[in-house]
Amino acid sequence: MDEIVILSGKGGTGKTSLTAALAQVAQPAVICDLDVDAPDLHLLLAPQRLETHVFQSGHEAAIRPEDCTQCGICAQMCRYDAVIPAQAAPTIDPLHCEGCKVCVTFCPAGAIDWRPRTCGEWYHSRTRFGRMVHAQLYPAQENSGRLVALLRQQAQELARQQRIPLILSDGPPGIGCPVISSLSGASFAVIVTEPTPSGRHDLARIVDLCAHFKVPAGVVVNKYDLSAPRAEEIAADCAARGLALLGRLPYDPAVTAAMVARQTLTEFAPGGLGEQVGRIWQAVAARLGLPQAA
Amino acid sequence: MKIAVASGKGGTGKTTVAASLIHVWPDPVAAMDLDVEAPNLHLFLHPEEIGRCRAFMEIPEPDESRCTFCRKCSDICQFAAVKVLGEVLMVFPEMCHGCGGCLAVCPEGALRPGKRELGEIIWGTAGAAPFIMGRSRIGEAMSPPLMRQVKAHLSRIAPPQIDLIIDAPPGVSCPAVNAVMDADVIVLVTEPTPFGAFDLGLAFKAFAPLGKPMGVVVNRAGIGEDAVYRLCERQKIAVLAEIPYDRAIAEAYAEGRVVADAVPAVRGIVEALARQLQAMDRPAPKEVLHG
Amino acid sequence: MSKIAISCDEPSLDAQVDPRFGRAAGFLIVDPDTMTFTYQENGQAQAMARGAGIQAAETIIRAGARAVLTGYVGPKAFQALSAGGVQIVQDLANLTVRQAVERYKAGDIALAQEPNSQAHGGGGRPGAGMGGGGRGGGGGRWR
Repeated sequence: MDEIVILSGKGGTGKTSLTAALAQVAQPAVICDLDVDAPDLHLLLAPQRLETHVFQSGHEAAIRPEDCTQCGICAQMCRYDAVIPAQAAPTIDPLHCEGCKVCVTFCPAGAIDWRPRTCGEWYHSRTRFGRMVHAQLYPAQENSGRLVALLRQQAQELARQQRIPLILSDGPPGIGCPVISSLSGASFAVIVTEPTPSGRHDLARIVDLCAHFKVPAGVVVNKYDLSAPRAEEIAADCAARGLALLGRLPYDPAVTAAMVARQTLTEFAPGGLGEQVGRIWQAVAARLGLPQAA
Repeated sequence: MKIAVASGKGGTGKTTVAASLIHVWPDPVAAMDLDVEAPNLHLFLHPEEIGRCRAFMEIPEPDESRCTFCRKCSDICQFAAVKVLGEVLMVFPEMCHGCGGCLAVCPEGALRPGKRELGEIIWGTAGAAPFIMGRSRIGEAMSPPLMRQVKAHLSRIAPPQIDLIIDAPPGVSCPAVNAVMDADVIVLVTEPTPFGAFDLGLAFKAFAPLGKPMGVVVNRAGIGEDAVYRLCERQKIAVLAEIPYDRAIAEAYAEGRVVADAVPAVRGIVEALARQLQAMDRPAPKEVLHG
Repeated sequence: MSKIAISCDEPSLDAQVDPRFGRAAGFLIVDPDTMTFTYQENGQAQAMARGAGIQAAETIIRAGARAVLTGYVGPKAFQALSAGGVQIVQDLANLTVRQAVERYKAGDIALAQEPNSQAHGGGGRPGAGMGGGGRGGGGGRWR
């Protein structure tokens, strides 16, 4: 089973538009949206939910005001400034609470509850291109690393059960916890960048992260015609690091038009952008030695 | 006043708006890039570096000679960062969230304060504006601890009375909330597309509990659809500015230029945005005062 | 012979070996001399965002196992198991617990010298992404 994850470092380079189009041309594949914080793949693939599950992760502290003696130890010991002073008894700000249990352990009155934290939902769904596993983290929650791990586990099990040889995942932006969870142990990373200073800077960082976790990677330059010199710099960077250039896509309002039509690039512009996505997929499949490679 | 430039969706133009605001801001202003995983503001402001330092978080360091294998540390740690494995006391530095629980709970002093590198803090000046950014170490999973240190370092390089513009990370989870929580006003940059509208809805939900004034900047206006505007109307959040869809803007960005400088029409738009933001911080006196 | 932990999802010698270590459903703790066993749930590790392998290692060490038979072991779990003096047999699949224990007793399977998975994300694959012909690796920094 191969697991391909689409990443970028910088947000908004076109990960999701590319993933949706690849989901169409790479069939059969289990489709997975690992950007659990701001998931957008569902907007293009219109999944029909088959199962909905609540996602709980970690715990959070809650002070019982009736038992609090206002000794102030919790506030002193909390390293996340999560204890907010108040008239009757302090309260815990869930936005700041890291779930470390220090206040619960050290409260001399035993006045702090330790409750499982409900952080979001995850789904098994059906799309026009096959099965999809996705989620929605509740706003302002953390711990998306575990939700990402859980989605990957679900996708792997589904792929095993249905004997599907491939998992295709839309990854989160950045290079932190959720990206690390998306990347480690994957077969291949497709990195989508753009010929801008930010695109290039963040490409270097995500490539370093792929190297750190020993995941082979290839690069797609989106909007390549925005700046010829930047696109050349990126090509040179890739050559210097022995990274495959998998393909490129032009700066084209059709990408937005496809999104507005809730279609993939391959559905919306089968001859133009769609054909170019097809070539990118051939390059990926060839690198992984997949049977889909022409 | 402090303004955080944020967005649910990445790549909508946060850095474009933040860099442009800094260029046109009428009063003394500082710039802070808190997108420590993918910091980009410096690529447009080209600050002159004054200094940099590595940032660390306190984590435990084991002293096995003192350990009696009582497991109190291992029991309190929620992150599997300290374990007693048979008769070995072991710390996994990458797992630690820096809560200090194990250090406080160990009765034998078998855990000492040590440190893990989070990344670096870099500061300097961009024109007249003090500039500061954080950049996380490759492989570092946690962003908020570095963000907190960047914020704390700001007071050493910028006088407290000047205004501040913050470039926040994308998304609506922990790091994004951490970046905007100290701001007076939150500017949400979006684009009029289905992705832009969906993620803006998430951002409203995530940031509303902070109780701060919010406003929206629609970037690439004219491309796509009007769902973003309908959402703002429903949520009663003002669209403060619209930056038109224009290939010339994208090209200026690609060349590393501050868009408000490169495209005259954008300069006027951002100047008007700056005036509106300043007004949001100084609300008009209430009617009752005149009555 | 001291006790052995085998990753699997039900309390039976005829259960299939679960190739996952950190996120295995549980472990059969078997006395290889008598083939008697207890079942140790791994729920605590499964609930963790990160560090499931470390948590699972602690669980089986506390259960008294001195060897583990499983599929994929990540680097941190490997470090934890080694520290606790647990022998590691990995790369097992398509075997029942009983078959795995018999092979271990017969000295038929090699002890692992290094982790065979980079995975945080659950299953993992043997050597996933290792090597890769230099793709993604090597080279200096750009900035």
